[in-house]
Amino acid sequence: MIIDHPLLGPRDAAEFVVKGDASLIGRPDGMTASPEDMHDYMYLRDNTAGEHRELWYHEQGDRSWLVVTRNTLTHEVTKVELARDVARAQGRSR
Amino acid sequence: MTQVNRIEGGQIDRSNTLKFQWNERWLSGHPGDTLASALLANGVKLVGRSFKYHRPRGIFSAGSEEPNALVQLRKGAAQEPNTRATTVELFDGLYATSQNHRGSLEWDLMAANDLLAPFLSAGFYYKTFMWPKAFWEKLYEPFIRSSAGLGRLSGRPDPDIYDHGYLHCDLLIIGAGPAGLAAALAAGRAGARVILADEDFCMGGRLNSESYDVDGQSGANWAALAVTELHAMENVRCMTRTTVYGSYDHGIYGALERKADHLATSEGKPRQVLWRIYSQRALLTAGATERSIAFGNNDRPGVMLAGAVRTFVNRFGVAPGREVAILTNNEDGLRTAADLKAKGVQIRGVIDTRKGETIVDTTGRKALKSVTLNNGRKISADCLAVSGGWSPNVHLTCHHRGRPTWREDIAAFVPGGDLPPGMTVAGAAAGHLTLAATLADGHESGARISAELGHANAPGDTPSAEDEPFETTAFWHVKESKRRAWVDLQNDVTTKDVKQSHQEGFRSVEHLKRYTTLGMATDQGKTANILGLSIMAEASGKTIPETGTTIFRPPYNPVAIGAFAGRARGKDFRYFRLTPSHKWAEENGADFVETGMWLRAQWFKKPGEKGWRDSVDREAAQTRKSVGICDVTTLGKIDIQGRDAAAFLNRIYSNPFLKLPVGKVRYGLMLREDGIAYDDGTTARLSETHFVMTTTTANAVTVFRNMEFVRQCLWPDLDVHLISTTDGWAQFAVAGPNSRPLLQKVVDDLDLSNDAFPFMACTECTVFGGTPARLFRISFSGELAYEIAVPTRFGDSMIRGLMAAGEEFEVVPYGTEALGVMRIEKGHAAGNELNGQTSAQNLGLGGMVSKKKDAIGSKLSERDEMNRDDDLRLVGFRPKDRAALLTAGAHFLRRGDPEDMAHDQGWMTSVAYSPELGHSVGLGFLKRGSERIGETIRAYSPVRNQDILVEVCSPHHIDPEGERQRG
Repeated sequence: MIIDHPLLGPRDAAEFVVKGDASLIGRPDGMTASPEDMHDYMYLRDNTAGEHRELWYHEQGDRSWLVVTRNTLTHEVTKVELARDVARAQGRSR
Repeated sequence: MTQVNRIEGGQIDRSNTLKFQWNERWLSGHPGDTLASALLANGVKLVGRSFKYHRPRGIFSAGSEEPNALVQLRKGAAQEPNTRATTVELFDGLYATSQNHRGSLEWDLMAANDLLAPFLSAGFYYKTFMWPKAFWEKLYEPFIRSSAGLGRLSGRPDPDIYDHGYLHCDLLIIGAGPAGLAAALAAGRAGARVILADEDFCMGGRLNSESYDVDGQSGANWAALAVTELHAMENVRCMTRTTVYGSYDHGIYGALERKADHLATSEGKPRQVLWRIYSQRALLTAGATERSIAFGNNDRPGVMLAGAVRTFVNRFGVAPGREVAILTNNEDGLRTAADLKAKGVQIRGVIDTRKGETIVDTTGRKALKSVTLNNGRKISADCLAVSGGWSPNVHLTCHHRGRPTWREDIAAFVPGGDLPPGMTVAGAAAGHLTLAATLADGHESGARISAELGHANAPGDTPSAEDEPFETTAFWHVKESKRRAWVDLQNDVTTKDVKQSHQEGFRSVEHLKRYTTLGMATDQGKTANILGLSIMAEASGKTIPETGTTIFRPPYNPVAIGAFAGRARGKDFRYFRLTPSHKWAEENGADFVETGMWLRAQWFKKPGEKGWRDSVDREAAQTRKSVGICDVTTLGKIDIQGRDAAAFLNRIYSNPFLKLPVGKVRYGLMLREDGIAYDDGTTARLSETHFVMTTTTANAVTVFRNMEFVRQCLWPDLDVHLISTTDGWAQFAVAGPNSRPLLQKVVDDLDLSNDAFPFMACTECTVFGGTPARLFRISFSGELAYEIAVPTRFGDSMIRGLMAAGEEFEVVPYGTEALGVMRIEKGHAAGNELNGQTSAQNLGLGGMVSKKKDAIGSKLSERDEMNRDDDLRLVGFRPKDRAALLTAGAHFLRRGDPEDMAHDQGWMTSVAYSPELGHSVGLGFLKRGSERIGETIRAYSPVRNQDILVEVCSPHHIDPEGERQRG
């Protein structure tokens, strides 16, 4: 597989480590979340047949975490974003 | 023996003679021969025994689709089973033997299986070896195992080298037959970066095997000229002996290049190279494979594909027989007759199924003698050329689950519409089964793809050839045959097996394949699958497209495991790193052990020490008595800087970090988000905005990865930056009561007194007159101890300097074992305790999880099940009989309880012999352990055959109050 890194261009997937569903960005605040919210965040994932947003880490590269939109049926990659930008767009800050 | 069947012509170099051995007999051939053509030239017909029935078999094809002629090549450690004689290039001194027989090839004892054939039909394993149950292990399995497989491995390490390589191109052309060459010429002239790969050692494909003309000259000549032109182009790379075996995601192809298989010795160079080819576009011009027809006894040596007969005659100058009969369902039969006649080979008859003629049986045990027609006529023949039509090589088009579609006019599957992205198919592989159409399609495809990629130079003219007639009528098997008719020669699957599979309900093609093993041999049924499908279709009253095909998966042809492994073998299986003191440790008698990605000194043996325990006991005792030094560089080190560094750490560690003063170190516990204990270590604050963290050796990589996740994905606007500095600093633990005076000699202008530099202090400083260093007063051993770090390039001189400075204190170096002994004595948790199943509560560190802040894992660590009062707690153990040695992994039981899981009380995680205490000590998890200090329980280890009484005690076997490390 090839991942088109937004900063570095096309790179072989072997340089990356995959973490899984990009919903992991949406971590609830531990001080306000209910245990159930935290449980759902931790354990519940959609098992998508089709477009799937997932986290990849460029470990053998610039250490960027990326959100890769990949079709799980064809492996076609339609979008690659910096996870930091995605997190900010979701309102995450500090 | 002379080459009795050698005839004129062919692309072999008759000026050179090569000697080779076949079953210990010396024979001869010429450069340009394959082992198969050389054997046929020498009149060798019987080359092997079949898998199940041990039937005599001969050479069936002339290419990589060969199901029969599997031989064992070379001897000794380089011995290689199951190589196809039809693809093995002849070289001087080649040594080959036949396989799958007991006794000689001519008199195989296992041939009795052929008489038992009625009992050995499809599925006989499942029916025969069912009962009695006790027979399985003693009788059935050993019997099946000894019968299984064809050739034999040497059982010795492979002496050859295999390499991996990476290539990039605009256009990868797979197959250098007429379509591939025409495409490469067009694309190369247009200016595209082209890789042209072919598995043969001679490019040209069928052009070398047929008697056609291209551009007014022989096809073989045209191909040679085309290759010359391509070689001259800088933008084209021609790769012979290279099989593209798989199509992967995003234009990546796997290819195996056989660099030295055609040489007597690889002379230290890689024998094979596994290429990963990155392509913008790919053009599959892999041609087509001829298929057989199933009729009675169609497996005898001498029965051969018609196209292979033409290959042997035209390309290799070998007559596969003296009297040849031809069975065909298409025009190829007549062409075979014409080619043979032109070379003076006698034709005994052309049997054309389209005229209602067919063959029902054959005779000849070890070589074909005659064929019997359906009209009862018997024709004597020592070679039968069979053509059942051609199947396009669609394999690579299906590697992304694409399905081929059926074309009735050529009675074959052709590539479907859903090709791997970027792939185009041209020539015979696309179903163009005539030469002119193939050349035109190849040329046009090469030119078009180049233009689409922006290479606009002139592609030249389309090569011209006469379009020969091609007409076929599907004909798969002879229904009136009463004798066994083979479908899959390599796995001995007959028409009867396919019908039986249908009768017994295994009707889907995938079931058919697995029940009968049709197409599951090393040739993956290249010549057989379509026959099996057609018979299944007929039996179930369906059409072939309704019946469908099984899924083709990589590899297209077998790839040796050694090629996939490449250089990653033996000690190079995984890379490893050396500590900065490695050289010094080698000089000082260290034994090394792999820890994570590092080689670390395990202990330093002294003269006179008999076993490892002597060395380890001495190192631990001397450290506690005076001073010891250990290289702890392997611990992960992460440099953390930024205005929000403290806030960031406060969310990484479960315990508070916000208020850690500058110049202090704090022990930190990390949890996983699910609340389980993950990693621990110390973090030092060098300034308001600068921290240095250590992690365990094992988790150094993942902790850094997870911290980057937290930084980039969870709190992206925190002002904090991370760098892994594990390799940047050489770090040494200096432990023991004399560590202070030793280090005082080393540091420049730094007061190390307890008041000036107390327990858990840290500072940046210099050593040995100006070398930059960092000093931490932390202790893993429980002694007064420090860790001192210098930039890695000073690591070697640092260990030498420390040892010299410590001479007056009789300083010892200690390895990972003594390190382990001392941490168990002190009761520190390590990998055995932080095993991914234990919570902070289990470890006795429940108090470290702050409830006043949000840190990774803190919320889910509050779950009830992780906070039960009756849960496991980390405690210490010592044997009741002090002379006994404890066993890690032993389970705890109350005295008198039965030995079962219902009464399990926990387990021992770490044990060591304590030289300080003079007996064995252990750590372990025990239910309600912290309330049970002083109790005597059983440590039961059926695996190690141990059952002893142990006392529960504090995990801190020595100095529980921590006076030594604070002193």
